[in-house]
Amino acid sequence: MSVESVQYLPGKQPHARERRLTFRNVDRAGFDPSIECYLRDGGYEQLHKAVTMERQAIINEVKASGLRGRGGAGFPTGVKWGFIPPTNTKPVYLICNADESEPGTFKDRYIMHQDPHQLVEGMVISCFAVKASLAYIYIREEFPEAAKILEKALDEARAKNFLGKNILGSGYDLEIYIHRGAGAYICGEETGLIESLEGKRPYPRIKPPYFPAALGLYMCPTIVNNVESLCHVKHIIAMGGAEYAKLGTPNNTGTRILCVSGDVQRPGYFEVEVGKVTMGEVINDMCGGMKSGRTLKAIIPGGSSAKVLRADEKFKLKDGRELGIMDIPMDFDTMAACGSMAGSGGVIIMDDSRSMSWVLNNLNAFYAHESCGQCTPCREGSLWMKKISDRIVAGNASPSDVDELERLANNIEGRTICAFGEACSWPTQSFVQKFREEMKAGTKSEIEDRIVAGETELAAAGLVG
Amino acid sequence: MSTTTVTDTNSTTAVAMVNVQINGTWHKFPKGTRMIEACRQVEAQVPHYCYHPKLSSPGNCRMCLVEMGMPPRPAAGTEPEKDAHGFAKIGWSPRPVIACANTVADGMGIRTEGKLSEECRRGVMELLLINHPLDCPICDQAGECRLQEFSVEHGNGESRFREEKVKKPKNVDIGPRIRLDDERCIMCSRCVRFTAEIADDPVLGFTERGSHTTLAVHPGKRLENNYSLNTVDICPVGALTANDFRFQMRVWFLKETKSICTKCGRGCNTEIGSREKEVFRQSPRENNDVNSTWMCDQGRLDFHFVNSEYRLTQPLIKVDGKHFAAAWKEAITKTADALNSAKPEEIAIIASARMTNEELYLVKSLARSLKVDQLDVVPRTGGADNYLRADDLNPNSNGVRTILGIEPGSKLPQIIENIRGGNVKVLLVFGENVMKAGLDAADLQKVNFIAQSHILANSTAEQSHVVLPSSSYAEKRGSMINVTGRLQRLNQAIESPGEAHDTWEILRDLILAATGSNGLHSVDDVFKQLAGEFEIFRGITLRGIGDQGIPILQTNESVPILVREAERKKQGIIVG
Ligand SMILES: Cc1cc2nc3c(=O)[nH]c(=O)nc-3n(C[C@H](O)[C@H](O)[C@H](O)COP(=O)(O)O)c2cc1C
Ligand code: SF4
Ligand code: SF4
Ligand code: SF4
Ligand code: FES
Repeated sequence: MSVESVQYLPGKQPHARERRLTFRNVDRAGFDPSIECYLRDGGYEQLHKAVTMERQAIINEVKASGLRGRGGAGFPTGVKWGFIPPTNTKPVYLICNADESEPGTFKDRYIMHQDPHQLVEGMVISCFAVKASLAYIYIREEFPEAAKILEKALDEARAKNFLGKNILGSGYDLEIYIHRGAGAYICGEETGLIESLEGKRPYPRIKPPYFPAALGLYMCPTIVNNVESLCHVKHIIAMGGAEYAKLGTPNNTGTRILCVSGDVQRPGYFEVEVGKVTMGEVINDMCGGMKSGRTLKAIIPGGSSAKVLRADEKFKLKDGRELGIMDIPMDFDTMAACGSMAGSGGVIIMDDSRSMSWVLNNLNAFYAHESCGQCTPCREGSLWMKKISDRIVAGNASPSDVDELERLANNIEGRTICAFGEACSWPTQSFVQKFREEMKAGTKSEIEDRIVAGETELAAAGLVG
Repeated sequence: MSTTTVTDTNSTTAVAMVNVQINGTWHKFPKGTRMIEACRQVEAQVPHYCYHPKLSSPGNCRMCLVEMGMPPRPAAGTEPEKDAHGFAKIGWSPRPVIACANTVADGMGIRTEGKLSEECRRGVMELLLINHPLDCPICDQAGECRLQEFSVEHGNGESRFREEKVKKPKNVDIGPRIRLDDERCIMCSRCVRFTAEIADDPVLGFTERGSHTTLAVHPGKRLENNYSLNTVDICPVGALTANDFRFQMRVWFLKETKSICTKCGRGCNTEIGSREKEVFRQSPRENNDVNSTWMCDQGRLDFHFVNSEYRLTQPLIKVDGKHFAAAWKEAITKTADALNSAKPEEIAIIASARMTNEELYLVKSLARSLKVDQLDVVPRTGGADNYLRADDLNPNSNGVRTILGIEPGSKLPQIIENIRGGNVKVLLVFGENVMKAGLDAADLQKVNFIAQSHILANSTAEQSHVVLPSSSYAEKRGSMINVTGRLQRLNQAIESPGEAHDTWEILRDLILAATGSNGLHSVDDVFKQLAGEFEIFRGITLRGIGDQGIPILQTNESVPILVREAERKKQGIIVG
């Protein structure tokens, strides 16, 4: 890869603590999405290299790199690729998950808008490695521009034989198609995505048995990876897995993009080595601190589904460390040990001007609207939670309604078909657990009596059980 | 206390067996058994809504969540800890699993009782009911509603739901025979899966999302295939109701009689729901060698004639061109006299392949003692539909072949010819309207004496000198052999109306009057004689046929629906 120093657009200079890999060309001066520009910059050299490698060798490099999925779950990518049954005789598919819909997350879109060939190159290498003969980019419906750009990039790549028949003389054939999404959050859940791609409602499938790597698209082995994850594959080939693994921290290797939004001076995206910066450094150094005169109240660290962290919380970890919120390294494992998750990298910062009831209600409204409605706990529970938090925000709730919210969330978590069940119950559980007093402060205990009196009356009249 | 028992599975093929602990007791099951089926086999019922053994398992209702555990992998170099029975100790998972779609594994533990499983069930029940209209008092499903049943067992009794319920469409016309109440729908998708997977007519689907999810027919489509009413059977709640049955009768008043459908040669196993002298509905009864758990709408709804106002309820004798009510004895005697006054070659008998084996046997006995050779039935074909319906639209053609020894319809053209030529003096008709089988009034006028035994007033009865009112399929016991060669039994659900007699009794009385032979006191006796005469019935009694029938003939027929179900079962998509 060329090593000339990279210039960025005015005002878009990456922060000194950043380590740009997948975002190297984002906001880069003189860089455009055309293949010519990409090729001038050493584009598709890694593909040239990859097609001369043994497939298993590529998978081994990805395993050695320690790359964990950037779509939300943080599952090791190389391990996932290894789940394709060795005895498989069916076609293998690869799907790039470009549905980017987790609130608080805005990274994949920049790659697709500004550096589409990086994604195409990463995908072709990955497809080659897992022997996929057909691949799809499932792109969020609300990204029409990115779809056009990618369409053009695919045409360009095809014209240069980076795609199509007998790629670069390797004897390997591959087609990639763009599929515009169906405008729903659940289309980002991998099995819902697959159903949607098959032309159906995006009803997630039960696992087992429908693990995509074994029974995915059209019941064939299917690898689903996030845009950012697939881009990293290119850099793993360039650096070698072992070298890549030196980036970041053990078991939390490489770089990842943090999408910071909310009440900081300079929200935005930052590509950092995983675990090499702390929450405090993100907020104070990279984002210029909180808005003036404001103090930190709470953080959702990994997209809207991640459990909220309270500013004054102390986290006692199993390994003996005791961390304040600002000390948490931005990685997968510590964030999980602190009771939340690094998720999709969407860091949402809230200051003392925010009402936690309002925030939770906002999240509940999102989840109630986005529940696919397939399974009972999430379908019925998500709207019920929203209705209760509606009343809390409107001052129409009793203190017991706040506890009721938590009870309800406990009835959803771990009991649904897909991880949306956790996604919608974790916010409620964590907000109530951590801000119970604040939320109850906005309720009225006299309403309790009114509700109970009303219920007693109805019961006396035989109208309710 | 736990004991070790081994579940008898009667399996002859070499399926690996696995040890599974259910509610503290160890059992053995074939590998691949679904957890819910394993539990059912040892009487640990797991409540469920969306699971149906004949359909794919989407796992959407979450009612079957149970606590599950596996032995933890022992640390390197150590032996797993054992329980009192020598099985590795189970590490219970804090996360429940659905019993409907997961299969058992060796060393697995399942708890259908206990805190976690019960909490899950209560939680799901509460959530299913919050937006439910709770209109049981006016719901047809009441009494056989899974929502009612499970909420009694697993519900809270009290609702903590203080919000407004979601409003959805009610009384939706989704097809000619079915109504949909979306507020009662629990979105289990059984109906959707049935139409897509079994009926190949995927007209149902969900619209909207979240709590607003609404079952609907696709734009411009109707649920009108000939198997549509099966969705009403499998709907666990009162969301889908049959236009034909809704508001007709509370289900707890219905008497249920196991029988078979006689509308075609398939002989789908059924349950007849009746109260006093009236049939209110018919529904399919599981028989995995005949109809799985399904039946066609045509067959299902073909019972209204039983209670029709056109039923013949009294023997009739024609005097001076007009019919008068008569006593049975007189009607029988008159018929016997007519038979005895004619030469055997002047007598013709047109019977029906809708008659039971017992009736056909008595027809044969009558013909034999009168030495009548002109005997046939009226064939009906052209029904096959690649699902259940058989090409043969008569339910007992194989009974005719076996007992009368003729191919249905092989002698009928000659008999008709003879009638037209004025060579038939006495004609006996059983259960057929010969005016629809090629004969007209002028032809029949050439016959001196016609006796017809039938259940409905029709044009042949009009021409008959004696009319003998008989019993419908719902009013009698007897057997038939379906197109795949299975001997099956009809059972009596209701009494015949008025003075109508069971057909076999009419025949017995006729034989007695015409030939003097006797000795049959029950339809079981008829079967006994039959079994004495025909090799394939040997060793079988009418009672011994049982509810599932007995294969007695080899035919080349296969059942398209069963073939496809077997394939899906092989692939593990359904339990079967
Ligand atoms: C409700 C829900 C929404 C999701 N949305 C996305 C999404 O928009 N983009 C994405 O890459 N992954 C999303 N995921 C995660 C995917 O299911 C899947 O784990 C991921 O695409 C795998 O890619 P990775 O291993 O490269 O992270 C979502 C998961 C859930 C449960
Ligand atoms: S958890 Fe929610 S989103 Fe996932 S399948 Fe169930 S209803 Fe749909
Ligand atoms: S109508 Fe009945 S069978 Fe169909 S989804 Fe609703 S509850 Fe289930
Ligand atoms: S397929 Fe034949 S036997 Fe079965 S229900 Fe229909 S008509 Fe009756
Ligand atoms: S029966 Fe519905 S999820 Fe198992």
